Amino acid sequence: MLHTPDTDSFISIKHVSKSFGPVQALSDIGLDIKSGEFVSIVGPSGCGKSTLLMLLSGLMKRTGGDIRVGGQMVDSPRSDIGIVFQRDVLMEWRSALRNVLLQAEVRGMPMGPAAARARELLKMVSLDAFENAYPHQLSGGMRQRVSICRALLHKPPLLVMDEPFGALDALTRDQMQLDLLRICRETHTTVLFITHSISEAIFLSDRVVVMSPRPGRIERIIDIDLPRPRRLSIRESREFATYSDEVTQIFKSLGVLREGDDE
Amino acid sequence: MTSINAASIKQNIFYNFRVPYALITLVALVAIWEMTAKLSDVPAYMLPAPSDIMVAMQSMWGLLFIHSGITLAEIGIGFVLATLIGVPLATLITYSHVFDRAVYPLIVGSQTIPKVAIAPLLLAGFGYGLAPKVAIVTLIAFFPIVINTVVGLRSVPAEMLHLARSMGATPLQAFWKFRLPQALPSIFAGLKLASVLAVIGAVVAEFVGANGGLGYIIMIAGSNFRMDQQFAAIIFLSAIGMVFFWLIGLAERAMLPWHISVRSASEKN
Ligand SMILES: Nc1ncnc2c1ncn2[C@@H]1O[C@H](COP(=O)(O)OP(=O)(O)OP(=O)(O)O)[C@@H](O)[C@H]1O
Ligand SMILES: [Mg+2]
Repeated sequence: MLHTPDTDSFISIKHVSKSFGPVQALSDIGLDIKSGEFVSIVGPSGCGKSTLLMLLSGLMKRTGGDIRVGGQMVDSPRSDIGIVFQRDVLMEWRSALRNVLLQAEVRGMPMGPAAARARELLKMVSLDAFENAYPHQLSGGMRQRVSICRALLHKPPLLVMDEPFGALDALTRDQMQLDLLRICRETHTTVLFITHSISEAIFLSDRVVVMSPRPGRIERIIDIDLPRPRRLSIRESREFATYSDEVTQIFKSLGVLREGDDE
Repeated sequence: MTSINAASIKQNIFYNFRVPYALITLVALVAIWEMTAKLSDVPAYMLPAPSDIMVAMQSMWGLLFIHSGITLAEIGIGFVLATLIGVPLATLITYSHVFDRAVYPLIVGSQTIPKVAIAPLLLAGFGYGLAPKVAIVTLIAFFPIVINTVVGLRSVPAEMLHLARSMGATPLQAFWKFRLPQALPSIFAGLKLASVLAVIGAVVAEFVGANGGLGYIIMIAGSNFRMDQQFAAIIFLSAIGMVFFWLIGLAERAMLPWHISVRSASEKN
């Protein structure tokens, strides 16, 4: 039987569930993502966002359901994905450039072109002057930028990011968001982005997936119809505020957010 | 302007000049010792003065070198063996659940056995040559190496291993490029501890039964009430221990210039 992709979705997640022993982390997750789309997931801590990312990357086995990427069933670690974690997990013993090149070394890519591309990526995130610096000589934001370059070196069609900017200060975070949007536009990369921040999700995404607390379920998927390229000022717009309100109301109705005077 | 410059230069000189506090303390202690030994009624065979020890050392210079060679061989071979057995064993323990369950608890538990107490047993088994001493050094140096290597290999963050798998790394690549470098600082901590214990192991082995080595010299000198000769041998022994420790520190600095322990040491001066 041939698999015929329904619609033009690049990622197709159907009825996916995941339990850790008696703990049900995810239940009946369904989500389709088109190629080139930027989708964010927001949800309370412990609702299974990271778990979903691990299932999608094939790093964890799902308990039930189907996940396909590019029409292929995911049942082992997928190496055509770029992953960025909350912690940058750079190797302290490698320079910035060699951290990015780790990707090429492990994959056995030809080093000449890989080094050229690594330099190009570092330049794109304004780190060209720091290619020989070691991680301990870089700031938190710079380190995370190196790890993003590492995730992009092999031109993955899909980039998954698990709260990549969670540890950064507000200013650096804004800059990183702008950089990320620019890079993804230039490389036409599909992104699944996990965050705790409602405004970050709205600012970056074409769609925002709102999850409910455990067992994690998709509560709502909101289309973000804001013009691109996004500018920081858009966060001040009425439309932005409306989206932000919508997500906040969902969390309130789920009991994730409580205001004192409501009680 | 010029005064500020002069002040900053002066400050710089002070900053770069490291007062050898430890050396000063040592010299002071030796001086007190010398005076106590010379001015008090304590007989020389109970408390020889540092100057007497120097004289003894000069008179037995050749002997000390020959026997240092024997002790050095025991330490060197034992240490290398301990590393060659310890690191692979730790790798097995890290990767194999069976080894982890079956062997690791025994290794940790056996830490409570005073290795010194096993020395006579080994000597009875291996005879009086080089082999039993090497065996004791290996045994005593082996534990900190295994345990620190296991701790190091296990300290790799989960994300790092996820990263390896998402890059399609083979198990061998995951070990060489991800786990082992991460574990190196901990392995070096184990090697340093092992180097100190190796010296102790060699001397104890020589105490229990030997016809050579610095431990043997210390025993013989002791039975002849030659405290001065004993101290001369002890000084050689400490020198061996210090050089050994320093060499491992040197290797560490060469291999781990990125690591915090190396960095903070070099940033201070
Ligand atoms: N390896 C595991 N073993 C057992 N339970 C797990 C494991 N990983 C996650 N869980 C459980 O699954 C649930 C979801 O965890 P997950 O890490 O996916 O949450 P999250 O949404 O990423 O949370 P956060 O926003 O705090 O990162 C949690 O209740 C957690 O306790
Ligand atoms: Mg998480």
